[in-house]
Amino acid sequence: MRYLPHTGEEIDEMLRVVGAKDLDDLFSTIPKDCRRTRDLVLPGPLTEWELNDRMDALSAQMRVPPQVKTFLGAGSYPHHIPEAVRQLLLRSEFYTAYTPYQPEISQGTLQAIYEYQTLVTRLLGMEVANASMYDGATSLAEALLMAIRVTRRKKVAVSRLIHPHYRRVVETYLLASGHEILYLPALADGTTDLSATGDLSELAAVAVQSPNFYGCIENLAAAGETAHADPKTLFIVTFTEPLAYGLLTPPGEFGADIVCGEGQSLGLPQSFGGPGLGMFASRNKYVRSMPGRLVGQTVDKDGKRGFVLTLATREQHIRRERATSNICSNEGLCALASAMYMACLGRTGIRELARLNHDKAEYLKAGLKAAGAEIPFAAPTFNEFVAKLPPGFGEKHARLLEKNIVAGLPLETYFPELRDHALFCATETVSKEDMDALIKEIAS
Amino acid sequence: MKEVIGTTGLVMNEPLLWEKGVAGRIGFSMPRRDVPEAPLDASLTGEGPDFPDLSEVDVVRHYTRLSQWNYGVDTGMYPLGSCTMKYNPKTHERQAALPGFVNAHPMLPASMAQGILALMHELETCLAEITGLPAVTLQPAAGAHGELTGMMVVRAYHNDRGKPRHKILIPDTAHGTNPASSALCGFTPVPVSSSARGVLAQETIAAVMDEDTAGIMITNPNTLGLFEENIRAIAKIVHDKGGLVYVDGANMNAMMGIVSMGAIGVDVMHLNLHKTFSTPHGGGGPGAGPVCVTEALAPFLPVPRVVREGDAYALSYDFPKSIGKVHAFYGNVGVLIKAYCYILSLGKDLKRVSQLAVLNANYVKERLKDTFHLPYDRPCMHECVFTDKNQEAHKVTTLDMAKRLIDYGFHPPTIYFPLVVHGAIMIEPTETESKETLDSFIAACRAIATEAAQSPDTLREAPTKPKVRRLDETLAARHPHLAG
Repeated sequence: MRYLPHTGEEIDEMLRVVGAKDLDDLFSTIPKDCRRTRDLVLPGPLTEWELNDRMDALSAQMRVPPQVKTFLGAGSYPHHIPEAVRQLLLRSEFYTAYTPYQPEISQGTLQAIYEYQTLVTRLLGMEVANASMYDGATSLAEALLMAIRVTRRKKVAVSRLIHPHYRRVVETYLLASGHEILYLPALADGTTDLSATGDLSELAAVAVQSPNFYGCIENLAAAGETAHADPKTLFIVTFTEPLAYGLLTPPGEFGADIVCGEGQSLGLPQSFGGPGLGMFASRNKYVRSMPGRLVGQTVDKDGKRGFVLTLATREQHIRRERATSNICSNEGLCALASAMYMACLGRTGIRELARLNHDKAEYLKAGLKAAGAEIPFAAPTFNEFVAKLPPGFGEKHARLLEKNIVAGLPLETYFPELRDHALFCATETVSKEDMDALIKEIAS
Repeated sequence: MKEVIGTTGLVMNEPLLWEKGVAGRIGFSMPRRDVPEAPLDASLTGEGPDFPDLSEVDVVRHYTRLSQWNYGVDTGMYPLGSCTMKYNPKTHERQAALPGFVNAHPMLPASMAQGILALMHELETCLAEITGLPAVTLQPAAGAHGELTGMMVVRAYHNDRGKPRHKILIPDTAHGTNPASSALCGFTPVPVSSSARGVLAQETIAAVMDEDTAGIMITNPNTLGLFEENIRAIAKIVHDKGGLVYVDGANMNAMMGIVSMGAIGVDVMHLNLHKTFSTPHGGGGPGAGPVCVTEALAPFLPVPRVVREGDAYALSYDFPKSIGKVHAFYGNVGVLIKAYCYILSLGKDLKRVSQLAVLNANYVKERLKDTFHLPYDRPCMHECVFTDKNQEAHKVTTLDMAKRLIDYGFHPPTIYFPLVVHGAIMIEPTETESKETLDSFIAACRAIATEAAQSPDTLREAPTKPKVRRLDETLAARHPHLAG
């Protein structure tokens, strides 16, 4: 086996040094009744070439773009990824390194993550960002737990227009630790009803998503004012499409205390939902309550600029059960990918690309409307929106699948009241031609 | 010793991203605009983030230079104890990047995603075979996430029986994630000490196990590199009181094909695919931390689960006792693909992986035990733990020796862990290191021990070869400077 360098002679020589008679003898400290009695039954071993065939066959069983035209967003977005990003990520000094515990030989990772933290704060209008969480859903769950720690309150208000999968993860995390969730309903325009928060002095946080699950841009100024009507309550903004903040006013400018969400859009392939990138940003005053790793700037013995992991006393390996989170490995390489992507775009590029996303979705929205769909929610949207289709949309959706078109995400599963409604997404990867084809099908 | 591999090459200086660039540059090929501009309320838009404008060349040089300041497994031996820094096969990068996988939206109808669902189902089957625990979730995104998921399952099991429990036993040798993960589920960790032999004694467990204790969280082999030889008896004590046995599988690299965890009384365990199953650690993730459980605990696993219906695969949410979801979608699928490829490439030779990992660790232990103090002089599993006791007289610490190893061209071992060993030096060579690499590592360690006696300042000043010298961590923590 090419990954195992030992020759028979070397094994014999090493066994002699160790004082074992054979490889089995190395395990003599394991009691007999703990030893496995039968061999592993596993597929393989395959040669490299057989593995290629096997994996090519599995990949070929997938029906995905570009063969299939998908108009799906809902937390995972198709965007073009520069080849430069893909190849730079294959620098194996980056991807075969561990967490940078030895800063002298990890400056590449450390500076890159410090830069990532900085770009995230600039994108979201915040003061401090961590080195990443697992994904958007867990970063929201951790944000709510942080608000619970900071305020010592047990209840949080969560918009019902937050991605339903995120809400499910939040329930799993918060209910396991004995906390309470109040759901804020939707208004007719597709934004969150902030009047439903009730007694704010009980709330650790008010959390909204913008753009929300319907694609609608929330009124963050109003949401921030509502949350901050109680001076202790934290205002949390989450997101699934960070590219929106290339164009929209960032949540930090509306006084958000924590901004967190999914970074997949920024240079990561969709990869059936993972790995993603949990982005997490906050205010300096809360930094010691934040979960996750932080990279900070310092100097070396000669006074030269360098970077280290810092404020580790918040973390599990020091504080154990009193840590701010149990997180250890995060999504370091994904954070690096997103920094590379943001660097490729720059301020000029991200604005133009975000604008293009907005305009593509508006084109599709107008086209579907002309084809007989209704746009039920009046609030402005970024690159996805809800449309109400004529009755019988379910069958049409199924028929279009056979024609290799995924006509949005039917919403009834998530919101039973939204029968014949679907969430459509159009990013820069969708051509006018593809949108026209969809519009024509819907009209027919 | 032979020529030292550590050296200084031509390493470039490189400023921070925003210290480069000129407004108006771009490093991205903007897609052609084929739709008209649509109106957008100006009150919604901001200035755009303050990002530097860079060309593609600027970006490529920047990250190439940064990469050269890093040490990875591809650079050299990385004997970081409990981290299993084995070689990451190159073919896995090809496989995970196949278009059918990377272009797959997670909410595609199952009929369009059969390839990846089949892969996930087969990976679950393989992990069940390796652990001896029949039901598996692939959803957790890292080891600590797996621990949290596993402990939520334990909690849900007790609650389902109408008998919520509040405590969990955790040995003093445990990773910090164990108490932190159980605390997130509302459990109070009860620390238990290992014996003078470095393992848990059944009497210790019997004395503390009661009917308010949900179970025990054991790392096996433990962080001293020793097999918990009383595991069966301990499992019986815990089970007799209605508790469950959780095993932290961080050290599974010693156990494949050797021990079936299900057969020795384990109820729940997580695996670290980025350790045992060779997926790259990425400088801090992404990892994957699947959780394997007994049939009795299967109903509590996260949803959705991959199910087989005839010849087709589907994602099912129909598990009413499930703890819920721990990831927005199905976990780090890109990582799962690589682990699956590793298992297919090795097959039953995974047993040989464990044998050679244990051989390498014992070889290093035997050849260094006259150089460094070895607190537990017994056959070890995949890693061995030394201390700096022999060097104390020269006022040289574990940290100094670790830093000096960098100058010799090696990544340092894990240091000052486990906490129960003062000045610990925890070495896990892994099976992918050859005898000649181990020999040069051993020679470097011996040379450093000689330097400790003869020129201790060389160690205190180390490292001198990397781009930066020792960094001021106190300054970083006292005056946090976390964004530019």
